[in-house]
Amino acid sequence: MLRVRNLKAGYDGVPVLFDVSFEVNEGELVAIVGSNGAGKSTILRTISGLIKPMGGEIEFEGKRIDGQPAHLIVEQGIAHVPEGRHVFGKMTVKDNLLLGAHTVKSEKEVSAALEDVYALFPRLKERESQKAETLSGGEQQMLAIARGLMSRPKILMVDEVSLGLMPILVDKVFETLKEISKAGITVLMVEQKVQDALEMADRGYVLQTGRIVACGTGRELLNNDLVKRAYLGI
Amino acid sequence: MLAQVIASGILMGFIYALVAIGLTLTWGVMDIINFAHGEFLMLSMYSAFWMYTLFRTDPLLSLPLEALLIFVLGYVTYKIVIKRVADAPGLTALLATFGLSLVLRNLAQFLWTPNYRFLNQTLVTDKKLAFAGIVLGLPQVVASVGSVIMTLAVFYFVQRTRMGRAIQATALDKATAKLMGINTELVYGVTFGLSGACVGVAGALMSTFYPIHPESGALYSLLAFVIVALGGFGNIKGALQGGIIIGLAEALGGYFLGTQFKYAIVFLIYLLVIQLRPQGLFGW
Ligand SMILES: Nc1ncnc2c1ncn2[C@@H]1O[C@H](COP(=O)(O)OP(=O)(O)OP(=O)(O)O)[C@@H](O)[C@H]1O
Ligand SMILES: [Mg+2]
Repeated sequence: MLRVRNLKAGYDGVPVLFDVSFEVNEGELVAIVGSNGAGKSTILRTISGLIKPMGGEIEFEGKRIDGQPAHLIVEQGIAHVPEGRHVFGKMTVKDNLLLGAHTVKSEKEVSAALEDVYALFPRLKERESQKAETLSGGEQQMLAIARGLMSRPKILMVDEVSLGLMPILVDKVFETLKEISKAGITVLMVEQKVQDALEMADRGYVLQTGRIVACGTGRELLNNDLVKRAYLGI
Repeated sequence: MLAQVIASGILMGFIYALVAIGLTLTWGVMDIINFAHGEFLMLSMYSAFWMYTLFRTDPLLSLPLEALLIFVLGYVTYKIVIKRVADAPGLTALLATFGLSLVLRNLAQFLWTPNYRFLNQTLVTDKKLAFAGIVLGLPQVVASVGSVIMTLAVFYFVQRTRMGRAIQATALDKATAKLMGINTELVYGVTFGLSGACVGVAGALMSTFYPIHPESGALYSLLAFVIVALGGFGNIKGALQGGIIIGLAEALGGYFLGTQFKYAIVFLIYLLVIQLRPQGLFGW
């Protein structure tokens, strides 16, 4: 469904990704794990069109999408929940969700999407007329995910949804991602919490300073020596 | 008499507020102050003038045309002038709009001479409205009511429509707005257009009682800067409140100190606010 080949990307002409290749098949939950500054967020930013690749190809459903402006990429069914949530704090919860549905033209579909995410996150319905900045960190993360779902994406890309959350909330957010995946939405997640991510992922990739250094099923990677040594402290 | 002065001050305040809202919009959304804002107002007044002179169409009827015309002018200005310099460092964007203002002013002088022109047979000319001992000119009352309606329309547009939400989101966080599928370039163009539409409406309304000449816009854009500073840069509600304060200050200053001093009061208020509350009276 999503295929990235030999991707090279960076900032101000300085590459931070070198020759990154991976793919996500329909219905899968794929995790890209790696430590601070490895380039995980840069991968997602390049796919969603926030930064232009310096080389390589990005293919979605058989069509090249690299280099296209971000708003057109959303329209094709790719949603990106950015690292650090980035909810629109001064706007209401509902307006945040409606913004997520900006590319959905029919009012009816917007209401349907709203109903779906309220079913998944009942808390957001209770808070719909509150300013997003008044939500707790965990609720804001839920809102960011819900907002991503509002565009009815074929693939949902989430960037470190566990960032800055208490352990109990981390579990909850990961549970939610599993639910979303079970509902048939393809998920690409990027995580520093290597163990948690690989435990829930169908497949995973390990990113080190801009290069993929290992790949396999979640279980394979958990037993991989490199992963054990570098990330799991075993 | 004082009641009369206050009433007319408030009337002017609403008109000034509309001009200022146009100015504050582009600042709030894209951090750009359009120095040609007053010239957009002047062009709207000329459009109303020529619609009347050539086609006998009253300014109140040609108003939608002026709104549309200056919307398009704003949109095109973004696409042609601003977009190229928006990311350039320092004062580049500011200087670009300043250059545009000079071009438009001189173009008006070249095409239509510096002569003052008046519309003195419009639907509202010389009519008065009297109640409770207060007598107000109908042109001012209509312009004021029209400005309030346009102000409400802008509020509604920004708060309640899909495009308005996209404008807010882009103002708050451009990168995340893009992730929502918002075409932020289009948003910028529309914001500039909307800013233009504000002075498009204001210009048509003002053409019924102000002289029309190439420098017409200069004073009002200056007042609009003061109002925007008072209300907090980028703050629409603040611009409305600031507009009324300036309208009142001008009217009361003229009444108590004489007309020649009315702007002295306005700018004195400006200086005080800038010193004491640089974020504006109603700033965040
Ligand atoms: N906007 C930017 N401008 C310049 N360099 C950047 C920018 N964003 C990230 N970088 C650099 O690119 C490299 C990869 O950053 P990236 O954010 O993709 O890493 P990451 O794997 O997501 O890290 P983290 O786990 O901390 O989020 C880092 O060295 C970082 O300093
Ligand atoms: Mg990151």
